[in-house]
Amino acid sequence: MNALFAVLFYLATLLFVVGLLQRIRTYAVTPAPLKIPTTPAPTTSGGVVLRMAREVVFFESLFKANLWIWSMGWLFHASMALVLVRHLRYFTEPVWGWVVFLQPFGIYAGIAMLFGLCGLWARRLFVERIRYISTPSDHLMLLLLIGIAVSGLLMQFAAHTDVVAVKSFFLGWMQFSIQPLPADTLLVLHLAAVAALLAIFPFSKLLHAPGVFFSPSRNQTDNPREKRHLSAWAAKLESEK
Amino acid sequence: MADITAPAYRIIPIIPVLKPGAMEGKGPFVASDKINEAIGFPGQLVDDWHDRAIAKMAELLSKYRSLKVYMDACVHCGACSDKCHYFIGTQDPKNMPVARQDLMRSVYRRYFTLPGKLFPKLVGARDLTREVLDEWYNYFNQCSECRRCSVFCPYGIDTAEVTMAAREILDSVGYGQKYSNEIIGKVHKIGNNLGLPAPALLDTLEGLEEDVKEDTGIDVRFPIDVKGAEVLLITPSADFFAEPHIDSLIGYAKVFHASGTSWTLSSMASEAGNFGMFIGNYDQLRKIALRIREAALELGVKRIVVGECGHAWRVAYSFWNTLSGVGEGADETDRFAMMLQKQLDHRYRQPTHICEFTWDLIERNALTFDKSANDKHIITFHDSCNVARGSRMGDLPGGQFEIPRNIIRAVANNFVEMAPNTTREQTFCCGGGGGLLTDDLLDLRVKGALPRMEVLQNAVDEHGVNFMATICAICKAQFTKVMPIYGFDRKMVGGVHQLVSNAIQLSAK
Repeated sequence: MNALFAVLFYLATLLFVVGLLQRIRTYAVTPAPLKIPTTPAPTTSGGVVLRMAREVVFFESLFKANLWIWSMGWLFHASMALVLVRHLRYFTEPVWGWVVFLQPFGIYAGIAMLFGLCGLWARRLFVERIRYISTPSDHLMLLLLIGIAVSGLLMQFAAHTDVVAVKSFFLGWMQFSIQPLPADTLLVLHLAAVAALLAIFPFSKLLHAPGVFFSPSRNQTDNPREKRHLSAWAAKLESEK
Repeated sequence: MADITAPAYRIIPIIPVLKPGAMEGKGPFVASDKINEAIGFPGQLVDDWHDRAIAKMAELLSKYRSLKVYMDACVHCGACSDKCHYFIGTQDPKNMPVARQDLMRSVYRRYFTLPGKLFPKLVGARDLTREVLDEWYNYFNQCSECRRCSVFCPYGIDTAEVTMAAREILDSVGYGQKYSNEIIGKVHKIGNNLGLPAPALLDTLEGLEEDVKEDTGIDVRFPIDVKGAEVLLITPSADFFAEPHIDSLIGYAKVFHASGTSWTLSSMASEAGNFGMFIGNYDQLRKIALRIREAALELGVKRIVVGECGHAWRVAYSFWNTLSGVGEGADETDRFAMMLQKQLDHRYRQPTHICEFTWDLIERNALTFDKSANDKHIITFHDSCNVARGSRMGDLPGGQFEIPRNIIRAVANNFVEMAPNTTREQTFCCGGGGGLLTDDLLDLRVKGALPRMEVLQNAVDEHGVNFMATICAICKAQFTKVMPIYGFDRKMVGGVHQLVSNAIQLSAK
């Protein structure tokens, strides 16, 4: 059991890291031959950094589009970020001060995250347009995340697990030493679901996370008249002439 | 055609219920062998279309980061789902941007991703069958590439890029659209989209000189192929004889006259439009753009000014520097671009939009207007999609919204805005852009105009608007065609430089 989970997490982490890096590499090396920022767009690279920051931190475009998706989506993502930070305590010894400070907020964030996910799922189930565009995997992805959130919250509020043992398992795991893991059903479910999420990340729509940084309509500077933009394959057409 | 009627206005702009299959069909006329072959595509659907299409898709995925990222990044959040004018007007769910993209994304998943290869049903992946290909042809010819969806997408996914890729794939297997491909053939063979040969063009320009003389008593010239002129004007060929386009051409000529600018048209490059963009074909996009470079080099002009045309301005502003070197900031070692960039006068923006040109003069007090000449008009402004979301004017982001409005306010007394969520970056397409301005798509065009017609009607009811100015040849042609179907006078549509033309004082300076 302990070894199984250790191996499972090594594999999932390996898939996540290698798969994601490979995907990011593909995005980075694929040329963007034309200037296609959605205008009005920033005219300087500093402006582009700000635009991307607003997009990634506040979901600016989504805010313009639909307040329900925005509020539920933002609530889910922001809460998840806090929850992830809270979980750093299982991987660090001593726990960093700011992580200690954020611990109580992380608990509320767990509830908010679940609320956001349910809101998103309700939309997918009950709004005709969104139901039309949803694939089975869209529903399953939300279920998986809801499963992670629910099992985590239950361990917090209903059936405590031995968090000290969990921590020693992961500290050991990071040193390639296998430590005992509490055999609680909720914990097993929670960890298995997280491993599954890590493993499917580089093969699914979760690629929106790295993808947004490579989106030419958002990350390009609006300066086509001032600076000639030429990709390698387009430049070749000129030498052929 | 007689049975085409306008859909009813929505009482409040609610999101319409879905009508699956509402716009199913064969799509617009398919290009003939002759049309396709003239521009280097297979004459008709090739036998091995399946393999060729997948190979083309692989090629495009490796050449365009946009397509690569957009195929992966969509999470089906639905932010775009109610943003497309064609969805609003037709209620066909496949006209939701996300669903339109998914026509291609489902195939991408099947052939290019692991889950799609292993569990196609689970992730909504499908084989590229003949039915799917026909569906592509139909629905990717119901997108005007207006980019409105990309404004709202949290990842900036631009359906226009997907539509362009789909049309490129379709062309590569011999399944091209007649209207766009025929026009591209004409621009190469004759020099412009309307197929207006040089002698006819000369006649038209002479006629215009006479008309303006009669009207104003002043010799306003419409020069063509004049070597050594300072400005080369590249304008959509519709400006040469279509109504109301021609009134804007007269406006440009009067501005050049009043400011004492030496200018010329080119018979070789008598077209600003570039349908290469609509079909997503880089080679055509480039070849069509190179005509302007050649004309500029041959005539030795110092500045290139572009007339009122939406997609042409996007191509000129965003792509010309890349495609043909019209712009600045090329590398010293870049001989191709430097050849032209050394000739151009970089005290000015290259290329310059005619609105930038006119507004610069107005700001310098170099033009005089009698604003009362436009008093019969209560004017509103329709932002054209490619100008709004694919280009800029002036030095500041959003100049493409301010400058045309500034000009209108400088030449007329009565200007009002339409609803703010339908103007500027959120403007609705006229319904005829992106290679859809053809009578075989008239039903789609009428339905696609619905959201714009609704807010125009509001502006008419609230402010008595009787003139909608716009700076796009396609918008002008589309509106004059569909507005009568909605019960508006077709003369309500016109160019910004038509208003300039009405008010400009030629004898004053």
